Amino acid sequence: MDTVSVKPSPAETLTDVMARFTAYIGKRLPNDVSDKLAQLRAKETKPLAKTVYESMADNQEAAKRLNRPSCQDTGIIQYFIKAGAKFPLLGELEDILRDATLAATKAGPLRHNAVETFDEKNTGTNTGRSIPWLDWEIVPDDDGATIDVYMAGVGCTLPGAAKVLMPGEGYEGVTKFVFDVITSYGVNACPPLLVGVGVSSSAEMAARLSKKAILREVGSHNANPNAAKMETLLEDGLNEIGIGPQGLSGNSSVMGVNIENSARHPSTIGVAVSTGCWAHRRGRIRIHADLSYEILSHKDAAL
Amino acid sequence: MKKILTTPLSDEDIRDLRIGDVVYLTGRLVTCRDVAHRRLIELKRPLPVDLDRLAILHAGPIVRSLPGGRFEMVSIGPTTSMRMEKFEREFIRQTGVKMIIGKGGMGPETVAGCQEFTAVHAVFPGGCAVLAATQVEEIEGAEWHDLGMPETLWINRVNAFGPLIISIDSHGNNLFAENKATYNERKIPIVERICEQVRFIS
Repeated sequence: MDTVSVKPSPAETLTDVMARFTAYIGKRLPNDVSDKLAQLRAKETKPLAKTVYESMADNQEAAKRLNRPSCQDTGIIQYFIKAGAKFPLLGELEDILRDATLAATKAGPLRHNAVETFDEKNTGTNTGRSIPWLDWEIVPDDDGATIDVYMAGVGCTLPGAAKVLMPGEGYEGVTKFVFDVITSYGVNACPPLLVGVGVSSSAEMAARLSKKAILREVGSHNANPNAAKMETLLEDGLNEIGIGPQGLSGNSSVMGVNIENSARHPSTIGVAVSTGCWAHRRGRIRIHADLSYEILSHKDAAL
Repeated sequence: MKKILTTPLSDEDIRDLRIGDVVYLTGRLVTCRDVAHRRLIELKRPLPVDLDRLAILHAGPIVRSLPGGRFEMVSIGPTTSMRMEKFEREFIRQTGVKMIIGKGGMGPETVAGCQEFTAVHAVFPGGCAVLAATQVEEIEGAEWHDLGMPETLWINRVNAFGPLIISIDSHGNNLFAENKATYNERKIPIVERICEQVRFIS
């Protein structure tokens, strides 16, 4: 039998996987988020809040049934990459993820969200200058790559804030900053939120860590006992305020508070807050050197 | 039982509504967000759609083009209404729109506009975009395509669109402003308590 098979190149294979994974995470929430939402819904007692939780569950069901993005705002696509220094496609990865975004935009479909600044034109492709946004960490002695795909709508992007405190303000100042951001801007950001807090030295260091914090699993804790204690204190305190789903008040406010930290200059405390909405659309995929893969964030995911 | 309002909306329909009420909408609903507001109010360009007694939705949907110049609504959740606060009072005055649907609260200017011109602001649960799309029966038209997919004015015929939670009524009440005042009051003792437990610098 004469068959001619044209084997896709490794870069084409990975582009296809990443395109399908990017489109997929816009349709299904990761397990940690959907489990937490189910818990919060079961505990809710206020009628208006229960109506909203019901709409949220109906929506996720409809997104699954109709195979559509669960929220219309599919965000600016961001990839957080932990790449092994020996990952065979390390040099190609940037192009691969750009092509994956283009393909996912058509296949999802994803909303056209990339507007070139200053030209102020929507590119219509979800790609543009430095978009998709890539965040890199290189892991020595590893030949695979772990990639977090994240799409955040504008609602939960708007509260993002960073500030550099004087050390005299201490972690008390951090606490006040987090509460001020959540009670003033978090209300409109589609709560219950996953709150990410970065504690570091300067504004951009703290900001990056606060985003990394919401990529961490709901319910996980910082390895530092004081930071972990503060996560619990902030989570319980914010829940006591009772912002409820959509800010309409209820028994809780947040899915959790995750803190990521670094060492700091002795004379500053950089603090930042990033929020993830209830439809916290992120996914984690591990790519092996032979380009086989495992989806770590969604059980039973089929691309 | 579901309370369903039908467009065109009368002042009487609107005056009956109070913050916290849950209603559903049947009829014509037009998407209208940042740039459309800016064009009408700041650039003084007339809107290509007559909104008198209708409802608008602060939303930028995902729409699929179908053969024959028709469209399918894929996903249409509300966007953050507060971005339209600086325009909304004047927008209500000029267009005669009766119901503004979006996400999260709006501010004092919108409250004033709703009171003066008998209108309401309502919240559709954010992120529930597929649920909302299943309540759109047909896209009847589209204007200002040059604004791109999210900002185009999509003219929708909807059936029992909701739940819509009234957040600003025509009597000067603002649900989110009231809630925020409560949250800010509750916050003070909670923050004080936590501060005592995070004195890590000592």
